[in-house]
Amino acid sequence: MNHLPLIIKREYLAKVKNKSFIIMTFLSPIIMIALFSVVAYLSQVNNDKVRVISVLDESGLVSDVFVNQGNTKFNILGDTPMSLDDAKHLVTASSGYGLLHIAKKGDVSEVSKQITFYSQESPSLSIITALEHKLAHRLTQINYKNRGIDVAQIEASKVDVSILQENFEGKTTSKEDSLLKLIFGGAAGYLLFMFIIIYGNMIMRSVIEEKTSRIIEVIISSVKPIQLMLGKIIGTSLAGITQFAIWVTFGGLLMTIVSLVLGVSLMDSAPQQEIVEIASQGQSMEYYLGLFKEALKSMPLINLIVAFLLFFISGYLLYSSLYAAIGAAVDNETDTQQFMLPIIMPLILAVYIGIFTVIEDPHGTVSTVFSFIPFTSPVVMLMRIPFGVPIWQQVLSLVILIGTFIAIVWVAAKIYRVGILMYGKKPTYKEIIKWIRY
Amino acid sequence: MNNLLEVRKASKTFGSFTALNNVSITVPKGSIYGLLGPNGAGKTTLIRIINQITIPDSGTVVLDGDSLNKSHIKDIGYLPEERGLYKSMKVGEQALYLAQLKGLSKKEAKERLKFWFDRLEIGDWWGKKIQELSKGMAQKIQFVVTVLHKPKLLIFDEPFSGFDPINANLIKDEILRLREEGATVIFSTHRMESVEELCDDIALIHKSNKILDGKILDVKRSYKTNTFEVGINALDNTILEKELADKFKVAPANFKSLNEELKLNITLENDTPNDLLNYLTSKGEVSHFVELIPSVNDIFIQTVTSNNL
Repeated sequence: MNHLPLIIKREYLAKVKNKSFIIMTFLSPIIMIALFSVVAYLSQVNNDKVRVISVLDESGLVSDVFVNQGNTKFNILGDTPMSLDDAKHLVTASSGYGLLHIAKKGDVSEVSKQITFYSQESPSLSIITALEHKLAHRLTQINYKNRGIDVAQIEASKVDVSILQENFEGKTTSKEDSLLKLIFGGAAGYLLFMFIIIYGNMIMRSVIEEKTSRIIEVIISSVKPIQLMLGKIIGTSLAGITQFAIWVTFGGLLMTIVSLVLGVSLMDSAPQQEIVEIASQGQSMEYYLGLFKEALKSMPLINLIVAFLLFFISGYLLYSSLYAAIGAAVDNETDTQQFMLPIIMPLILAVYIGIFTVIEDPHGTVSTVFSFIPFTSPVVMLMRIPFGVPIWQQVLSLVILIGTFIAIVWVAAKIYRVGILMYGKKPTYKEIIKWIRY
Repeated sequence: MNNLLEVRKASKTFGSFTALNNVSITVPKGSIYGLLGPNGAGKTTLIRIINQITIPDSGTVVLDGDSLNKSHIKDIGYLPEERGLYKSMKVGEQALYLAQLKGLSKKEAKERLKFWFDRLEIGDWWGKKIQELSKGMAQKIQFVVTVLHKPKLLIFDEPFSGFDPINANLIKDEILRLREEGATVIFSTHRMESVEELCDDIALIHKSNKILDGKILDVKRSYKTNTFEVGINALDNTILEKELADKFKVAPANFKSLNEELKLNITLENDTPNDLLNYLTSKGEVSHFVELIPSVNDIFIQTVTSNNL
C-alpha cells in the first residue's frame, strides 16, 4: 500500500491549518511593508529638514560656488567684515546647521589647508564630502588659471572610456550586465539558503513533535519510516511553497496599495535613491530598462530556469532529509544545537563562496570546485549559472548532488528509523553512527 | 490452522546488546495471550518484530499461515505502551487519518468510527482537538483507532494504564467482546491480576530469553507444589503440631479465620490429599483445607528471581 499521498496531505494540512503558520504567512508581509513605509517616511522627514550653512569666506576666492541646493541653504556672510567669533555667535544664535570658515592666507594651496567647519554636532558625512568637492573644484580651477592653463582646453580634452565586452561567439555583455547576472544568481542562491533554513527547521520540529506526542509508534506500525520521512519533507515543502507564494503575491499587492496611498515609491526610498543617482549619472529609467532587457537576453534563460528548479529541489531535499534525521535523533529542540552546526556550516560556506569568489571570477578554480561539492553545489552553481556554465558541468554537478541525496536519504532514513523509537538520553555522534549500521 | 501467530527463533541484537535471543511463541487462534516479563526483558522488541517495525536478525514470523509481509499491516491492531496522538489535530480527522493508513477507505472508516463513537458515547468529541481532552479520553480514542479496522490480531501493551477503574472495565469488556467476535489478542502487562483474569496462555520473557510458556492452567499445574493450607482444632494443638511435623513436611501458615486454630502449610510427597484429610479428621476438627495454587504473580516472581541467580 502506498500511503505517501495520504501522509503528504496530512503534513500539508497540519502545517497550513496551524494558527501560527497562518499568522506568519499574512503578518510577515504586512510587517515588512510597514517597516519599509516607516523607513521611507522617516527618511523623507529627515530630508525635509532645511539646513542652513553659513559661509565666512575671508579669502574671497570661493564664496560664489555655494548655491542653494534642495534642502541645503547657504548664507554667505562677510558683506560687512566680521570676525570669526562674531560669525560663530551669529550662527549659534540663529541655530544654523554650521559655519564654514575659509581663512585668508597667501596662495591657493595655503588656503586649502585652512578651511574649517564649525558646528554644534558633528556634521553629516555627505555634506562635508559635498563641500570638499565644491571647494576642491573651485580651488583647482583658480590654480589652473594662476598657472596659465586654459580650463576650457582641459575640459575639451577629457575622454570617457567604456569598454565593450564581447565573447568569442559574438555575444556582447557589459558591466551592468554582469551586475545583473550577479543579482540573479545571488538571489537564487540566497533564496535556496533561506528556504533550507526556514523549512528545514520546520521539518525537524514536526519530527520532534511526532516523537514527543508519542504517536510515532502507531504510525510506523502502519507505514515504512522512509515513507513517513519523505511524506513529511514533501508535505512541509509544499506548505513552504504555499507560504512563499502568498508572501510574494500578498506582499506585492500590499506594496502597490501602500505606494498608491502614500504617493511614494517604496522601492526608491531615500538611501537607494542616492545610490541610484550616483549610478545613473543622469541616465533615464528607460535606459536601464533597456539594459535589463539586454541582460536578460544575454543570459541563458531556459537553462537558468531548468537548473534553478533542479538544483533548488535536489539541494533542498538533501538538506531537509538531514534535518529530519536530526529531528529523529533528539527528544527536544534544545538538543538539536550540536547537530545543527555541521548542517549550517556548509550552507554558510556556500553563500560566502558564492558572494566572494563568483563575483571575482565565476569560472575560477574555487567557484568551479565548490559548484561540484554536493553540500555547496546547489547554492554556488545557482550563482554561477547566469554567467554561462557548460552543460556538462551542470549535469555532472547535478548527478553528484542527486547521488549524494540518495545516499543521505538512505542514511537519514536509518537514523530516522532507529531514532524515532529512542527516548530519553541525547545521543552522541558515535551512537548515531552505530544506528546506521543496525 | 489452530495458531494465528507463530514466532520461530527470533533474535535481535542492537550493537553488543542482545534484545531477543531465540524466542519462539505460539499464539492460538481466538486466545488471549499474555506476554509477561520484567522491564527491559525484550517484550517490546518482540512486539515490534510482529508489527514489522523492527526487522529480526534471524528467525521467522508466521501470521495466519503466511510468513509475515507488508499485507499483514491491516491484520494487526497495535496499541503501544508509549502512546499518543497528534495534539493539535482534531479527534475525527486524526482517527480518519490513522484508519486510512491501515487501509480503510474514508467512507468505511467514517461509518465504523461513528459506530464506535456512539458505542463508547464519545460522539461529541469529534471536532475537539486532542490537547483539549484528558489523558483517559485520548486513550479511548486510541483504543478505537487500534481496533477500528477489525484486525485478526490485536496487540495491547499495558492497555489499562491511564484508565480509571470504570473505563478500565469498559475496555476489558470490549477486549473480551472482540475476542468473542474472533480476534486474537496479545496482551503485554505487568498487572498480574488482569493476566489471571483474562489470559488463556502466557509466555514469560526474561533477559531476552523466553523462560516459560504454555496454557495458563498447565503452567500453574507444573508449578504447584502439592501444598495444602490447613486449619485444625485439636485438644492440644502443640502436640498435634509436633505429630504432624514428624509425619509430613510442614510450615507455619497465615490466613484469616474466626478461630484460634492451628494454621499450617502441609506439603505432600507420597501421600494423597485424602490421606492427609483422613489423618487430620482423626485428630481434630478441620476448619480449613485448601490446595495452594500458585498465582501468576508467584510464578512470575519465582521464575524471574531464580533466573537471576
